[in-house]
Amino acid sequence: MKEKLVLIGNGMAGVRTLEELLKIAPDKYDITVFGAEPFGNYNRILLSPVLSGEKTLDDIMLNDLQWYQDNNITLHAGKWVTDINRARRTVSAEDGTVETYDRLLLSTGSSPFIIPVPGNHFEGVISFRDIHDVNAMLEASKTHKRAVVIGGGLLGLEAANGLMLQGMDVTVVHLMDTLMERQLDKPAAALLKQALEGRGLNFLMEAQTEAILGKERVSGIRFKDGLEIPADLIVMAVGIRPNTALAEKTGLYCERGVVVNDTMQTYDPRIYAIGECVQHREITYGLVAPLFEMAKVCANHLAHLGYSRYEGSVISTKLKVTGIDLFSAGDFHGDETTEDVVVKDAARGIYKKLVLKDNRIHGAVLYGDTIDGSWYFQLMRDGTNVSDFRDQLLFGQGHLGDSGHSGKNAASAMTDDMEVCGCNGVCKGDVVNAITQKGLFTLDDVRTHTKASSSCGSCTGLVEQILMSTLGNDYSEAPAKKPLCKCTDYSHEEVRRVIREQHLISIPDVMAYMEWGNADGCHVCRPALNYYLISTWPGEVEDDYQSRFINERVHANIQKDGTYSVIPRMWGGLTNPSELRAIADVADKFAIPTVKVTGGQRIDLLGVKKEDLPGVWKDLNKAGMVSGHAYGKSLRTVKTCVGSEWCRFGTQASMGMGIQLEKITWGSWTPHKFKMAVSGCPRNCAEATIKDFGVVAVDSGWELHVGGNGGVKVRATDLLCKVKTEQEVTEYCAAFLQLYREEGHYLERTAPWIERVGLSYIKKQVVEDKNNRKALHERFLKSQQYAQQDPWAERVDKGVDKHEFTPLKEGG
Amino acid sequence: MSNWLEIGNIEDIPKLGARVVKTVEGDVAVFRTANDEIFALRDQCPHKKGPLSQGIVHGKRVTCPMHNWVIELADGQAVAPDEGCAGVYKIMLEEGRILLSLKKNITEMRELP
Ligand code: SRM
Ligand SMILES: Cc1cc2nc3c(=O)[nH]c(=O)nc-3n(C[C@H](O)[C@H](O)[C@H](O)COP(=O)(O)OP(=O)(O)OC[C@H]3O[C@@H](n4cnc5c(N)ncnc54)[C@H](O)[C@@H]3O)c2cc1C
Ligand code: SF4
Ligand code: FES
Repeated sequence: MKEKLVLIGNGMAGVRTLEELLKIAPDKYDITVFGAEPFGNYNRILLSPVLSGEKTLDDIMLNDLQWYQDNNITLHAGKWVTDINRARRTVSAEDGTVETYDRLLLSTGSSPFIIPVPGNHFEGVISFRDIHDVNAMLEASKTHKRAVVIGGGLLGLEAANGLMLQGMDVTVVHLMDTLMERQLDKPAAALLKQALEGRGLNFLMEAQTEAILGKERVSGIRFKDGLEIPADLIVMAVGIRPNTALAEKTGLYCERGVVVNDTMQTYDPRIYAIGECVQHREITYGLVAPLFEMAKVCANHLAHLGYSRYEGSVISTKLKVTGIDLFSAGDFHGDETTEDVVVKDAARGIYKKLVLKDNRIHGAVLYGDTIDGSWYFQLMRDGTNVSDFRDQLLFGQGHLGDSGHSGKNAASAMTDDMEVCGCNGVCKGDVVNAITQKGLFTLDDVRTHTKASSSCGSCTGLVEQILMSTLGNDYSEAPAKKPLCKCTDYSHEEVRRVIREQHLISIPDVMAYMEWGNADGCHVCRPALNYYLISTWPGEVEDDYQSRFINERVHANIQKDGTYSVIPRMWGGLTNPSELRAIADVADKFAIPTVKVTGGQRIDLLGVKKEDLPGVWKDLNKAGMVSGHAYGKSLRTVKTCVGSEWCRFGTQASMGMGIQLEKITWGSWTPHKFKMAVSGCPRNCAEATIKDFGVVAVDSGWELHVGGNGGVKVRATDLLCKVKTEQEVTEYCAAFLQLYREEGHYLERTAPWIERVGLSYIKKQVVEDKNNRKALHERFLKSQQYAQQDPWAERVDKGVDKHEFTPLKEGG
Repeated sequence: MSNWLEIGNIEDIPKLGARVVKTVEGDVAVFRTANDEIFALRDQCPHKKGPLSQGIVHGKRVTCPMHNWVIELADGQAVAPDEGCAGVYKIMLEEGRILLSLKKNITEMRELP
């Protein structure tokens, strides 16, 4: 018989736990839910836009009654639980309903704090917590004019803004001299106050409420200093208290909240608790991001998997007032041990402050321009050392190196019909609708549902910003550690380490050893594992053909119509009449429709039929040409300029240098594609400073540049070092390439890799530590012994993968 | 009665791979899973007609090489949140020989907006 699970509290944290549980153990429990509110589960966060009239109640349902039915969950909606009998393991509700449990999940949320002043029970005094409150406010706004909101925090300001948009005159009363003092420092709070005043809100700062005036219905409010102002509606938004009454009554240990351990278990092992009602490691939370992390962990234990732990959360916040951009995270006040980095431009309404400690971000406040909020938050949670780009930090991620096509717009300034994602044609309105109507919370959710940010990724910052302004916090799952894919919880590093330490040599071995979630993985992990294996154990591991993307399987690029393109190598960008003649003949013989010069200094034959590929290769091979790997996560091109061989300004022989580099490195598999260029003088006609490895000749030798990228987001290289001889150029190049091959994450170009590990680290490994450089160089040459075989020739001469190029059967 | 067509042997298709059968009705992709199960779909992704036979096979699914939609081999349906269906063909194994019936099975093709 199935075990019985009872959930008390039909709110965001509780139901999220059920969702997570159903994903991993759908048949484990008979589930029963008690909820005091007479609805399914709705998105409490979005009560603010409901109040302001931007959303309706229907828009914000996360799980309607049908969902409970579909998942065989018994829902007691509108029933208040009054008792838990831990000895008999029963739960009873006000109306007499009794349910027994094997495991119990408490998720009772919190209640608004009501200030203990005379008159606080009058009609017209309400809090801001649930649908009932919002309806009461909407009602009041139809018949009354003057509202006072007590509390100038997140909730208070959202309530005030909403009531104002419903046509009321609103005064916000705050005890402190700064708005949102828990999220903002003084300068940012001042800008916010100014902006809200500009929209028509009134503020009364440093005002302490003494009494609420009226008879049955509220008529006004009096402060300690004697001031009285009239009011028809008073909203108390001064804070929340975890709902521990039920837990305390049944004798569970509580402090400020129900105390839980890292598995979300209370002092009674059969009872788990999550959400705003709990206290974990001394902390109580009031935003959904940490609650959802708790939900994941709790589900893991309810499912008896038992390996996941909740270790606390770092949170960030955002005010959900349309048109106002602010972001705050971490310790943004700082102390004697920290340093502030600040920009303030009052005319543009922009303020940014980062608090650094030992070159690591400890806190951030952004006002007016929050596009980089998620980036700072990521750096903060990862504890990244920012010293290599500290001078650029405040200008934002888009300005690291040079800026390319990275999202620059402030999300709040965009109208609904403006395009967010240029690859998939997704507009801001589409993203917002998906978030609210489909109940999305993470970047990943938005990617799968709208496709925004799922292709080139350059609009990721913008999408995160829209998520933030819609949901009020930055909910990016799994803080510092990103799992390799959905089949595992292990990160790229962990997988690589295990492959090395355990000497694993096949994909099934890795999956068995690391307890992969899906029997043969998915299209994300298999290519990554294959690369990690062949780069760790060259010569020993057999390449897993079926784990390669089609282009790498057939050594050509698939085109939109299912035909292929073929690009032979042109060493260093050089060719000659006989090669050109052979290319022309091939194009004629196979009726190839398009012949094009690529951006990588070679020639592309486009529109080749799959079954013609071996024939095309055969003829190209005959003329001495080999595969250009234009399809591979591998060495691509080495562009060169004419250099001292011809150019009147050339200082070194760049064509020769380029050819040498390409001869040494061709055929090597890399985490992502790898491009090089050699320029003969600092005029840099080969554009070496936007390549993964770029060489610029100078009179006294060669400058070596690394980490450039010309794609989605242009990044100029960092200077690695200067060397004198050609032999040094090739040695440093091979060492750098090998370090990247050993440590880069699959599908991470050198540019983001360097930003992740820091240029100083790379200099240390490749430049300063001579022995290490030599060792890297040697390991690279060793792996090249196995890699430098022309894949085209193998298919033409040795009949490798013959089945790939012929249909199984024709006719029928 | 369906007219079964012998199209080859299971060994002709690599594990976790696919081959194409060219027919009058267009290309049919024949897949082989890790456990030697065989499936046949029309070789056109419901998204933008990408050749599914060129995708990566995992479990009982294939990922389209064009834009990474994931398609169920058993019924040709796209995995949520994507929507659409590649047609399915009846297929069976008889002592290692693969038999294909060109009468399209269960699902009709649905055009997407
Ligand atoms: C053929 C070519 C365009 C051309 O006609 O010139 C090309 C074609 C494609 N590029 Fe490119 N890129 C080509 C030069 C470039 C360059 C210029 C260069 O190499 O100097 C760049 C910018 C430089 C850089 O990479 O830093 C470039 C940046 C990209 C990017 C963005 C990479 C990034 O890190 O942001 C992608 C997308 C990706 O790799 O994920 C991409 C992806 C592609 C793909 C593979 C898209 C795809 O997945 O199908 C295109 C394949 C078309 C095909 O089937 O042939 N291509 N691509 C060029 C081939 C060069 C060659 O000889 O091999
Ligand atoms: C107006 C508003 C705006 C917000 N904006 C944001 C934001 O922008 N970003 C953000 O991250 N967070 C925001 N929050 C906070 C967020 O909504 C909460 O953190 C989250 O809902 C807490 O989830 P929970 O499950 O712990 O509690 P709840 O969602 O409150 O659920 C608890 C449920 O348990 C029920 N219950 C309690 N006791 C009993 C009992 N004895 N018997 C039966 N049922 C019981 C309650 O009725 C309630 O429905 C906002 C909250 C409000 C009110
Ligand atoms: S070749 Fe490159 S830039 Fe051109 S459409 Fe394809 S991916 Fe985009
Ligand atoms: S054509 Fe298959 S995913 Fe686009």
